[in-house]
Order: sequence, then structure tokens, then C-alpha cells
Amino acid sequence: MSILVHSDTRVITQGFTGAQGTFHSEQALAYGTRLVGGVTPGRGGETHLGLPVFDTVAQACAATRVDASVIYVPPAGAADAILEAIAAGVPLIVCITEGIPVLDMVRVQQVLHRSDSLLIGPNCPGIITPGECKIGIMPGAIHRPGKVGIVSRSGTLTYEAVAQTTAVGLGQSTCVGIGGDPVKGMDFIDVLERFIADPDTDSIIMIGEIGGTSEIDGATLIRDSGTRKPVVGFIAGATAPPGRRMGHAGAVITGGHETAAAKIEALRDAGIHVSASPALLGQTLLDVLTGHA
Amino acid sequence: MNIHEYQAKALLKGFGMPVLDGRVVRSPDEALVAARAIGGPIVVVKAQIHAGGRGAGHFADDPGGKGGVRLARTPDDAQQAAVAMLDSTLVTRQTGPAGRIVRRLYIEAGCEIARELYLSLLVDRATGRIVIVASQDGGMAIEDVAAATPERILKESIDPATGLSDYQARTLAARLDLHGRSIRAFTTVLRAAYEAFVSLDAAIVEINPLVVTGSGDLVALDAKMSFDDNALFRHPELEELRDENEEDPREREAARHGLAYVGLDGTIGCMVNGAGLAMATMDIIKMEGEEPANFLDVGGGATRERVAAAFRIVLSDQKVRGILVNIFGGIMRCDIIAEAIVAASHETGLRVPLVVRLAGTNVERGQEILSHSGLKIIPANDLGDAARKIVAAVRAEGVA
Repeated sequence: MSILVHSDTRVITQGFTGAQGTFHSEQALAYGTRLVGGVTPGRGGETHLGLPVFDTVAQACAATRVDASVIYVPPAGAADAILEAIAAGVPLIVCITEGIPVLDMVRVQQVLHRSDSLLIGPNCPGIITPGECKIGIMPGAIHRPGKVGIVSRSGTLTYEAVAQTTAVGLGQSTCVGIGGDPVKGMDFIDVLERFIADPDTDSIIMIGEIGGTSEIDGATLIRDSGTRKPVVGFIAGATAPPGRRMGHAGAVITGGHETAAAKIEALRDAGIHVSASPALLGQTLLDVLTGHA
Repeated sequence: MNIHEYQAKALLKGFGMPVLDGRVVRSPDEALVAARAIGGPIVVVKAQIHAGGRGAGHFADDPGGKGGVRLARTPDDAQQAAVAMLDSTLVTRQTGPAGRIVRRLYIEAGCEIARELYLSLLVDRATGRIVIVASQDGGMAIEDVAAATPERILKESIDPATGLSDYQARTLAARLDLHGRSIRAFTTVLRAAYEAFVSLDAAIVEINPLVVTGSGDLVALDAKMSFDDNALFRHPELEELRDENEEDPREREAARHGLAYVGLDGTIGCMVNGAGLAMATMDIIKMEGEEPANFLDVGGGATRERVAAAFRIVLSDQKVRGILVNIFGGIMRCDIIAEAIVAASHETGLRVPLVVRLAGTNVERGQEILSHSGLKIIPANDLGDAARKIVAAVRAEGVA
């Protein structure tokens, strides 16, 4: 098993015929993802990559069973694409698009919370269950089927954790890039609770960064769950200059808990094995699993 | 994108925010004319830079002297203040020791102050909503208030479905101990701030202090606005408010190529794809005992041109004594990165050690291109190896 996506997950691509949508849909098909079609307004009825093109998500959902949708629509239209997928009742929506205005996501999130859909992203690499289903832009070849669940705010740091766990002979159950935007869909707690419950995930790597407090919420969830699954953590940005984007008012809301130091402390308090170096994620986990830590 | 106080006040005034009469000036003569036109017993001369703490700051050429906000009792006083402030470097707790050169002043009418409040709006990550932050302790650095007396920070979240409701403004006014006409005045202020925030895709609207006058009126005595860079495409009019003098030239050049760059004080230049990996690369350089010269995220879908531009920006920093390139190619192909590095190195002339770590898509092709380039490039196998090698190379150069 795995979480959220597996070999039977039926996927459509929104922004199917664009350059990004085309390239990553080809990659997904090559990986073995069950891509069943795509959406590009005005191109309905055509065939692209051997699959049907629909004008709307609703038409795609009426024509076939859709479990997930991946969005490669440019920033100006991406929030609208998410709303369209929610309206069509797509259970899992993965938005790769980077650069969506924050207030667009504020509106999306309110609709999302009233729906049964789950959203991963935006501004994320996507989700992969190795050997079964790849939805997003991650390089498929670095993954190996295994039992480590990986959740991260950063795309390339996720790849780092994947490559390191593969290199030490462990593989991954599912890897979820939740994205770096301030207002987004699934957060650490949403993914972590699924990893904790998943019988085929034996250990977890969570990778956070400065800003916000969702890593601390995730750490609290792990502590309160009483899970015996080892968790390795890393927080990027210990050396980053504070508050370049949000200025000082961002820290007022969270009371100073969004620094790397505060997060590392919260993770340690929850029994998470924090790797001091981003280069030692795989080794740290292997040491924990083999009783050397 | 940040803007100046006078620009923020002009924008907010358009949404109904009460502000004082004021003029922006660029010379002492203009300051004299503006002070005469505004009239009254007193005017305030305010340095316009993109940083807070101006009043408590000092000028680099006069460390013990007055700050960046000065009172003038006559137009001549205003002119004299302008002579002292214009083209001088103002240092505040937010500028860092280098300070900022003052190129514009705002001459504003004086105002009677009974109380000073704090008000700001921003997006709260935790709730995914716009949140109002208010305090009775205005006129000082709000982060100090939050640290010392968090119970004096009031927060009110706005439901995007309904927008700001007037009762929320009245409730907040009561909690700020406002009475009588001040309650309605506060509703006007908050509505102006909220409408401006939503209409212009702001990242922050901050009024500090929000002044209560003796007669119970409210006035935005200072104002700060910044905007969501992701939303600037739908507000082309805001581009006119950009002051390039306030932006780091390297950051501006980077932004022109779609790169995220932040200049730092260390000696090891970094070029990385992905913000998280870029921060992690800075962290590991520090763990190995050196300091990063910059944060640079070339992004996921960077082209050859963009990578070459990134490499030129890192190389142009004279502090840089070594460069670490760390690319984990997902969308980004390692062979394209390698070609761009080689081209930019030949073009710019590589004067410092260069360590390159490539992983991911087409990594073998990329490494081949680097090893056949004729350049002295030190290849690295993984992140830890890369950090150790660049630190060793920089230290070896330092000894030689």
C-alpha cells in the first residue's frame, strides 16, 4: 500500500496540451501512471498523446472515472483551475504551478475546506508512489519502492531525501511535496497522519523550512499520536536572513516560532531525530532503523 | 515589492484613509516651497527610504545627531533639515549598518497626538485568511511589543466569503479602548486598509502609529505597504511606484531573469535550484565553517540563458572567493546546466575555485560536458562532498 495514490489511480492533466502539461504527461505515461485524459478549453474532442482532450474537468469526469487531477496551468489561471476541479468533485488535486497570487489561494482555500477534495500544492513537485503512480515533475528514476514516507515543503530537498534513502538501500512508500506557498492545500499534519496510519510506511522523513509554524503542528501530531515509527526531520534555513519577504509583521502573528531553531527544538521535543546536515537524511534514518542512533 | 511612505499614503487616501497634507520633495528648495504651502505652526520632514525605524535612526555622517524624522517650526527650518538629510546615509535598525541614501523627503503637516495605536493587515499562513493585527501600543516596533507583552497584540481574522464586516471594526475599536466618534473613525480606517489590501494584492498594509487626536479623529501618521510579487501582473500601475534606488542592483538584475537572489555577507557564492535546497546548501556551508555569499534559486524550469545570468551574478560579487553549484535536476536537465556553466565561465573568466554537484536528469551527460570543458571544475558526488570540497578549496587559495 501507500498513501493517496497507487497503481489504480486514474489521473487527468489540466493544461494538458501546453508545453509543461505535454512534457510531464509524457513522463508520467512513461513511468506507468494511469493517465486517462486531459483538459484544455477549446481543444475538446481532440486526441493528445493518444488520450482524449476535454474542454472542461466536468466533461472529463462525466466520460470516465477520475481519481486525481494535476494542474500545469499558468499562474493567472491556476486558482481557477483548482476551483474547477473542486467543483467537478475530483478527489485529489495536485497543483504544480508556481507563482499564484496569495489572495487567489485565500479564496480557493475557503472553497476547498467546504468540499471533499484534497489539494496538494500549489508550487510543489507533486506526489509519487514509486513503481506505481507519478503525478508531478519529480525525476522518476531516483525513486525505489520501499517503506519510507517522505513529506517536504521543498521540491529539490525532497529529491535529496529520496536519493539519499535510495542510496542507503531504503526505498519510499509515497513522497509528497506539499509546496512552499504560504496558503496551500495539504500540510504536514494531513500527510503525516496518513503515513502514521499506513501499514506499509515503516518510517518517515519530514523536511521543513523557516516561515510559518506547520512543522511544529506536525511535530505535535507525531508526539500525540504515540506512533512507534521512527521520524527523521530537517529544517532548512538556519542561516537565512530573517523576514526578507514578509518583513517583521509575519513574526508578530506566530510569536517568533517560525525560526529554524524554534522548529528544530519542537521536532526534538516530539522525539523526531533531527538531522543537522541536509546531506545526512538517509544515513540518519538508516542509523535509527538499525539501532545505531 | 515595497513602496515609500508617501506613495502608500496616496494609495490609501484613495480608499478613504485619513492622512495629513503632505508633499514629496527632492531638494531643499522644494522643501521650502512645500513647507510654505502646507503652512501651520509646524511641519514634519521625513526621510523616504524602504526601511522602518527612521525616527530613532541616525545619519552616518552625524552619529550622535538627529534621526530621519524631524520637526520644523518654520519653512527655513524645513529647508535646513532637507540640506542635512538629502543625499546623506540614514542608518536604522532595519537598514543594517550600511544604511540607505536618502533621495526623497516627505514634508507633512504637524498633528496633535492624544494616543498612538498600531494597525496592520496581512495574510496569516495558519488560517489562510487575511488577519488584522492591532495594538494600543503604537509608535514603537511591534515585534518588541509582541515579544514583551503578547497579550497586547489583538488579532481578528477576515472570512473571505463575507469580507470585512463593520461589526469586526467596531469590536476591535472597543478592544482598543476607543470611544464616541473614534469608533466610526476606526471603521473608516480599517475599511480603507482592507479595501486597499484586497484591491491591490498587498502583502502588508501597516499603519504605525495610527494616531488618535485630541478631538477623537484618527490619522494614519505613518504607512507602509508592500505587494505580492506574484500578483503584480494584474497591477501594472504599481510598477511606476518602484524605486530602483532602494533595491539591491544584483537582486534587481536577478529578478529581471526570473531568479530569486538575496545578497549576504559571506565568501562562498551559491547557485542552486529550489528555495529549500538553496537554504540547505547555505546551512551546510556554514556547518563546514564558512559563510555563504548569497541565496540564489535558479528555479525549476530555468533555461540556459537564465542559468548563465545566475552564474554571472554570482561571479560579479567581488566578495566571492569560491562558488558552489548544487543542482538536483528534476525538470531541469543537468546537461543544460553544465553547458550554461561552461559558457558563462568562458565568457566571464573564472577567477575562483568552482565546485559543481549535479544530480538527477541527464547527470552523466552533464558531468561529461564539465570534464571536457577545459575549465578547472571540481566535481562533487553529493551535497556533503560538495560543501567539504568548496570550503577546502577556498581555504587552500587563502593560504597560497
